[in-house]
Amino acid sequence: MNRIEGRDKVTGRARYAYEYPADGVAYAYAVQSGVARGRIASVDALGVLAMPGVLAVLSCAEPPALSADASPELALFQTRDVAYRGQIVAGIVAETLEAARAAERELRISYEAEPHDVRLRPDHPGLYAPDKVNPNFPTDTEKGDVNAGLAAAAVSIDATYATPTQHNNPMEPHAAMAVWDAGGALTVYDSTQGASADRDMIAAALGLAPERVRVVSPHVGGGFGSKGTTRPHAILAALAARAAGRPVKVALTRQQMFDVTGYRTPTIQRLRLGADPEGRLTALVHDVIEQSSTLVEFAEQTATPSRVMYAAPALRTTHRLVRLDVPTPSWMRAPGECPGMFALESAMDELAIAAGLDPVELRVRNEPDTEPESGLPFSSRNLVGCLREGARRFGWDHRDPRPGLRQEGRWLIGTGMAASTYPARRRPSQATAATADGGFVVRIAAADIGTGARTALTRIAAQALDTSADRVRVELGDSALPTASLAGGSMGTSSWGSAVVKACEAMLKDGHSGRADTTEDVKGDTGFARHAFGAQFAEVWVDPATGEVRVPRLLGVFAVGRVIDETLARSQLIGGMTMGLGMALMEETEMDEEAGGFLNRDLAQYHVAACADVQDIDAMWIDEEDGHLNPMGAKGIGEIGIVGTAAAVANAVYHATGRRIRDLPITPAKILD
Amino acid sequence: MGDVTVRVNGTPHSLDVDSRMSLLDLLRERLGLTGTKKGCDHGQCGACTVLIDGRRAVSCLALAVAQDGADVTTVEGLAADGALHPLQAAFIERDAFQCGYCTPGQLCSAAGMLGEAGPSVVTEDLTADPPLSAAEIRERMSGNLCRCGAYVNIVAAIGDVAAAGGAADMATAVTGTAR
Amino acid sequence: MKPFEYTRARDAGDAVARFRAGAMYLGGGTNLVDLMRLGVAEPDHLVDVSRVGGDRIEPGGDGLLIGAGVRNSDLAAHPVVRERYPMLARAVLAGASGQVRNMATIGGNLLQRTRCPYFQDVSKPCNKRQPGSGCPAVAGDHRNLAILGHSAGLEAAAQCVATHPSDMAVALAALDAQVHVTGPDGSRVVPMPGLHRLPGDEPDRDTVLRPGDLITAVELPPPPPGRSTYRKVRERASFAFALVSLAAVLDVGRDGTVRGCRLALGGVAHTPWRAARAERALTGAPATAEEFTRAAGAELAEAQPLPRNGYKVTLARNLIVATLQELLP
Repeated sequence: MNRIEGRDKVTGRARYAYEYPADGVAYAYAVQSGVARGRIASVDALGVLAMPGVLAVLSCAEPPALSADASPELALFQTRDVAYRGQIVAGIVAETLEAARAAERELRISYEAEPHDVRLRPDHPGLYAPDKVNPNFPTDTEKGDVNAGLAAAAVSIDATYATPTQHNNPMEPHAAMAVWDAGGALTVYDSTQGASADRDMIAAALGLAPERVRVVSPHVGGGFGSKGTTRPHAILAALAARAAGRPVKVALTRQQMFDVTGYRTPTIQRLRLGADPEGRLTALVHDVIEQSSTLVEFAEQTATPSRVMYAAPALRTTHRLVRLDVPTPSWMRAPGECPGMFALESAMDELAIAAGLDPVELRVRNEPDTEPESGLPFSSRNLVGCLREGARRFGWDHRDPRPGLRQEGRWLIGTGMAASTYPARRRPSQATAATADGGFVVRIAAADIGTGARTALTRIAAQALDTSADRVRVELGDSALPTASLAGGSMGTSSWGSAVVKACEAMLKDGHSGRADTTEDVKGDTGFARHAFGAQFAEVWVDPATGEVRVPRLLGVFAVGRVIDETLARSQLIGGMTMGLGMALMEETEMDEEAGGFLNRDLAQYHVAACADVQDIDAMWIDEEDGHLNPMGAKGIGEIGIVGTAAAVANAVYHATGRRIRDLPITPAKILD
Repeated sequence: MGDVTVRVNGTPHSLDVDSRMSLLDLLRERLGLTGTKKGCDHGQCGACTVLIDGRRAVSCLALAVAQDGADVTTVEGLAADGALHPLQAAFIERDAFQCGYCTPGQLCSAAGMLGEAGPSVVTEDLTADPPLSAAEIRERMSGNLCRCGAYVNIVAAIGDVAAAGGAADMATAVTGTAR
Repeated sequence: MKPFEYTRARDAGDAVARFRAGAMYLGGGTNLVDLMRLGVAEPDHLVDVSRVGGDRIEPGGDGLLIGAGVRNSDLAAHPVVRERYPMLARAVLAGASGQVRNMATIGGNLLQRTRCPYFQDVSKPCNKRQPGSGCPAVAGDHRNLAILGHSAGLEAAAQCVATHPSDMAVALAALDAQVHVTGPDGSRVVPMPGLHRLPGDEPDRDTVLRPGDLITAVELPPPPPGRSTYRKVRERASFAFALVSLAAVLDVGRDGTVRGCRLALGGVAHTPWRAARAERALTGAPATAEEFTRAAGAELAEAQPLPRNGYKVTLARNLIVATLQELLP
């Protein structure tokens, strides 16, 4: 079975948020702060309102009515305070996009600017321990005596790694169209990873009952976390539509997306590893420094994979956060694990070299019996299986570990590997199933952001109903459907699938229709450590004269429970690895310390991997049965593909050149440095 | 404002357009042809790729007013009489997309690319017309970013169509332009 | 984007006649429309020169005459260019994407503007965009900016460390191409690399052209003897501007000495950078790695790297040496 919406997507019929027709639609454009910190002294909109086609100007000069419950990022125009450069400080509504954008250039906003502080540094006096890290993990953990463990080590590593600010950059810019009906109910066509949560956040911001708001989003052009929470464009659309008395569309520009749709925090990570002469860890310490905005505390859970991966009798993890005059960071594909595993898996490679051990073997020797931090049994693990199978398929066994020895023409060649992990969780969801037109219809407010959710849920429902997939129709992407959790945290399929299976079972009992809510089932998800694991292998070619790095080969082998759809799974895993390749070699958003905002805010300056960067990337999985997850026995696969890729590449760069690059991305400048 | 007549997917349209309007916005906002996507509005992502007079172009950087007399093919015009274009079928078969937002641009770009003669920057011998290897496809398709990371499958899908032969014929059929 | 008037010129003379203060010529639009949308370019009037007829590639003397309206992809695909000027074909193919090359004209490619991030953001100071406002790149992020011929050492109001982004122009500089210009004061020929200028104390001026000047053609003299190529180093494998690029021609005699060479660097300066010092140092010298290194060093002795772009000096030196070695017979 191919992707159900495939034909709509290749013919251009699939409609995304900005593409719904509406009579009398007007266009809004977001105006952004020109200072990084301060107060808005005045907004002079008179000239702009006189421009042809301009319908309204929204700003703090006349704050539109919003609920006091609006989250700080959504409380548009409620305060004169500016928290970061690029914050939305006004909105212009006009007959056409061209008129709105031209008016933006003429809007006069004066600021009382204050000195800003936008640079993350390890000695920042504002560093503090947040109460928890995203979403709800302890900030710090400690087990055993790490000082004794480090002191007793025969081999040790003490190294600091850095990952830069990275931006999600889904191909579809965040966009919404808001339509108010005569009775004051609101429909928002939004680009969102979860129609139910989006509805709730929009309703809370506007002070409406959730049932007065409907979010429609059957097709979403990627999100990677940036569409997991409601973004201000949706509120701007709603306010603008209310002001203009017409439907209003808003699309953020690619540049604006860098400022108001979240990003992966930069991290500074110190790893201390101690091991006995056989390479068995005696201590592992993972200390993380990262940033958030002054508006919202978002503390990425960067050190959490170190609580899961290896059997260290002494284990300490810490997170310290500093609140800067910067945009608010948020989720980006595998928050926590992705930057954290770059550091941990780079450090493990360094430890293997220091201990004279093969890096695969080092990991095998540190395989834990139970989850190291919690002591919980794993519902399933199979990391060793992934390592062994990956090594076999990649041809790892004949690898000479000495760096800088292999050359072909102008290229130095190296190979590297790293492990992957990502939690396997689920969240409560509801679904219904019913007979319809000789087949079945399943309804759930799930989101298909490119994962293939429609197709996967169809398969799941067909299996639960013991029927063929072509007799099942899945409706999703609409908050009017039964409430569902987000497409995020690799929890979509497991959460929605659980509800779908349960609804189908209820329908089979009833004969006509069934309804399910998995709230109680999910409460029972205790007693086990549930994670997916994997092993990634990379071959890199480095031109030492120019610093160019090419990655001709990437292989990932994963343990992800039961795979529901092989085609979708492979695409997702390869997609994650492809984004990981970009993370390794090119993705980096620079802070303009003088002006105080992001500098390289477009796709010519923020490089994501292009087609030419991707050569042979393949992903596979080992057979895994896990009865402690959900009715499907499946683990999420949206994120694990990106976890470990950058470390595998960095480790291969070391093998090729003898140069250890500890701060991403690995650019020609760093190779030549 | 200015008057412009463009032929889109075979249908002529005469419009009075704001001189600032891009061909992309004309397609999406005036003609309701929303298959062509806006990803960056600066020619940096390729999502807006269409064929103008048979050649692939980024419609975001084409001013509508300057396109008078142009023959434009969008993703909606690739499929003839309901039958999918071979590239469209291959993209489905190879799962060459996920979110689908870059897909119309990838398809139009590939359709144009298959009809382009000559070397690319990765061609060894510039005087020869190289066979369309995977390396050649990758370089020639690098103007179309895909954040979902479907490149491996995109290259395979285009490779299938190229290998099925008649790549040039295919492009000719789409664009109506023999070169 | 500010409202503007749009007119279409019939021919080059008509275009120049239509030009007035505040007007700009529109070719393929791939950079101009981009800059207009950013607010960097705010013309009152666009004179569309895409149909003025300069879209042919013809023999000219012993060389080639390329109409300014020729699309980049057509130049690179032209059999004579591929056969006799492979360095130029490769440089053009290294630029932008297939779609953009189909749209962009030769004239427009020469006149594209720097991709310095500060220049492209109208909310920030930039001496090139807003003379006298300052150059935040000197103290800020200049990793991709100039190491040669910049004006970071001048007073704040004159500082500019922008680089010229074109690949094609680097090859044309190495080929001694002649740029045909017509304008309100008549027609003239401007030799490459003299079309572009260093920032000096007028960083707002990219080229020696005057208001109303229109590039009508680029004339290539016969190709210099020897083997040639174009190498481009960038952070991603395709569709990215150069960190450093090099157009190189090397002619080695039977006795193993360099009879002639041409070297031009991209990504290092406000202009395509003809490495004349290196060429002089190499001509008549043995074609050896040692001499290549010495020649590259002679050129880069003039470099004034900024705190964060010193790698470009190493990169340019290594690229010259490695490329010349590749060109050895």
